[in-house]
Amino acid sequence: MKPAAFTYHRARDVAGAIRLLAELGDEAKIIAGGQSLVAMMNYRLARPAHLVDIGRIGGLDHLRGDGSTLRIGALTTHHAVEVATDAWLGRGFTLLRDAMAWVGHLPIRTRGTVGGSLAHADATAEWCLLAVLLDAEIVASGPRGTRTIAAGDFFHGFYTTALAADEMITEVVFPRPAPHSALLEFAERRGDFAIVSAAVDLDVDEHRAGRAVRGGRVALGGVAPVPVRVPEAEAVLAEGGQAGPDLFRRCAAAAAAAIDPPGDGNGSADYRRALTQTLIEDACAKAVSR
Amino acid sequence: MTDRQLITLRVNGEPYELVIEPRRTLADTLRQDLGLTGTHLGCEHGICGACTVLVDGAPARACLMFAVQAEDRDIRTVESLADGDELSDLQRAFSAHHALQCGFCTPGFLMLAEGFLAERPEATREEIRELVSSNLCRCTGYQPIVDAVEDCARRRQASRREHDRAACGEAERSGHAAGA
Repeated sequence: MKPAAFTYHRARDVAGAIRLLAELGDEAKIIAGGQSLVAMMNYRLARPAHLVDIGRIGGLDHLRGDGSTLRIGALTTHHAVEVATDAWLGRGFTLLRDAMAWVGHLPIRTRGTVGGSLAHADATAEWCLLAVLLDAEIVASGPRGTRTIAAGDFFHGFYTTALAADEMITEVVFPRPAPHSALLEFAERRGDFAIVSAAVDLDVDEHRAGRAVRGGRVALGGVAPVPVRVPEAEAVLAEGGQAGPDLFRRCAAAAAAAIDPPGDGNGSADYRRALTQTLIEDACAKAVSR
Repeated sequence: MTDRQLITLRVNGEPYELVIEPRRTLADTLRQDLGLTGTHLGCEHGICGACTVLVDGAPARACLMFAVQAEDRDIRTVESLADGDELSDLQRAFSAHHALQCGFCTPGFLMLAEGFLAERPEATREEIRELVSSNLCRCTGYQPIVDAVEDCARRRQASRREHDRAACGEAERSGHAAGA
C-alpha cells in the first residue's frame, strides 16, 4: 500500500510540462490534484517512473462565464465549482455547480481537478458525463500546438482518451447554457462511484402554457466503458409533449431498452436498466422544475 | 536507486526541512519524518478519511498527496487544535457528545469539521450530515459526531453574535464620545 518509487518533476508552465512529457515519454504521468492517481499508485495499479506535477502552473484555475459560454481551467478544483456564485458561472450553468455534490466527498473535491477528472476518464465520473451531455470542448496543448477536441470524440474506452502521451488538458469549454438540466446518480454509499449516473438537458418552450418539451439530451454513465448519449431517449423528447411524468417515463423506458449495460459485483445488467429508468425520470422532473 | 529530494514543509506554523523520497505521502511524512502521529492512516486510498488534514485551510486526504506537492502550502494537523492541555472548542464538543469511542478516526473528523466550519460557519444540520459522510467511523454510528459538529457551530455562532454586539456597543459609545 505504498507507491513504487518515481522521479518527481515540477513544471513551471504549460510549455515546460509538455517539454518534460515529450522528453520522458510513456514512462511519465501528469499529476494535478492526484485524487485518482495517488490512490492507484498506493495500490500499485499505476507505477509511473516519472511524475510531472502541473499543480503549480499559474493561470489554469479559472472559471469564466460570459453568459453564453463557460470556460473552466484544467486546474480548477471541483470545490471551486461547487462554491462558485451565479455571477462567476453565468446563467444556465448551475447544473455544473449542483453536480459537484456527487463528486466523492469534500476532502476529495478540494484537491481533485476538472482537467484531471477528464483526463482520467472514469466511466462514471461526473465531469466526463457533463462534458458529453453538453458538447464540451476539451482544449489540449502538446508539442504540435494546441487543439480542441469535442467531448464526443474525447473518450475512447475505460480510462482511455484522445490525448497523446505528450499532451495536457489546459481548459474545458462549455459552449452553451443548459437552464433545464440535471444530473442524478445512484451509489450504495454516499460519495462512492456511481453504479449508474444520468444527466439530462431539456429544451423547454417557456412561452407555452404548461411548459412543453420540444427536445433534449440524455447521457448515461456506468452503462458503457465511456459516458454515452442515448439517441433513442432523445428521440422521444424530440417528438415533444407536455413536460410531465408520462413523457419522462417514456423517455426513460426508451433509454433502458436501448442500453446494453455490464453486469458486475455492483449490479446486474437488469439492475442497471432499472436504475436508468428511475434516474432519467427523476432527472427530467428535476430539470424541468428549474 | 532512490531519488531523494530536499523539501521545505510548513506544518502547524513551523517550518521543516526534510530530505525525502518523492513517493513519500504527506501522511507518512507527518507521522514518520516529523513525528506528528496524531494524523492516522487507515485505508491509504482516500476512503476512510482518518488522515484528513488541512491544506491551505481546506480539508484534504494526506494519503492522497505526496509531501513534495505540499511544499509552500500551509499544513495543519490535529496537533494544532489544542493549546497545551487546553482542548479546542471543537474537541470539547466531541468529548461532551461522546463523538468518539476508540478514537482512531477522530483526528480526521476533527480536521474535516475544522476546515468545513471555517468555510461554512452557518452550516445547517443537513450540510453537517453530508460532511460527516466523508469519513468512516466504526464505533459511534455518526449521530454523536453530527451532534458535536453542530453544537460547536452553534456555539461559535453565538460567540460571534456576542462579539458583534460588543463591537457595536463599543462603536456606539465611541460615536457618542466623538459627538460630545
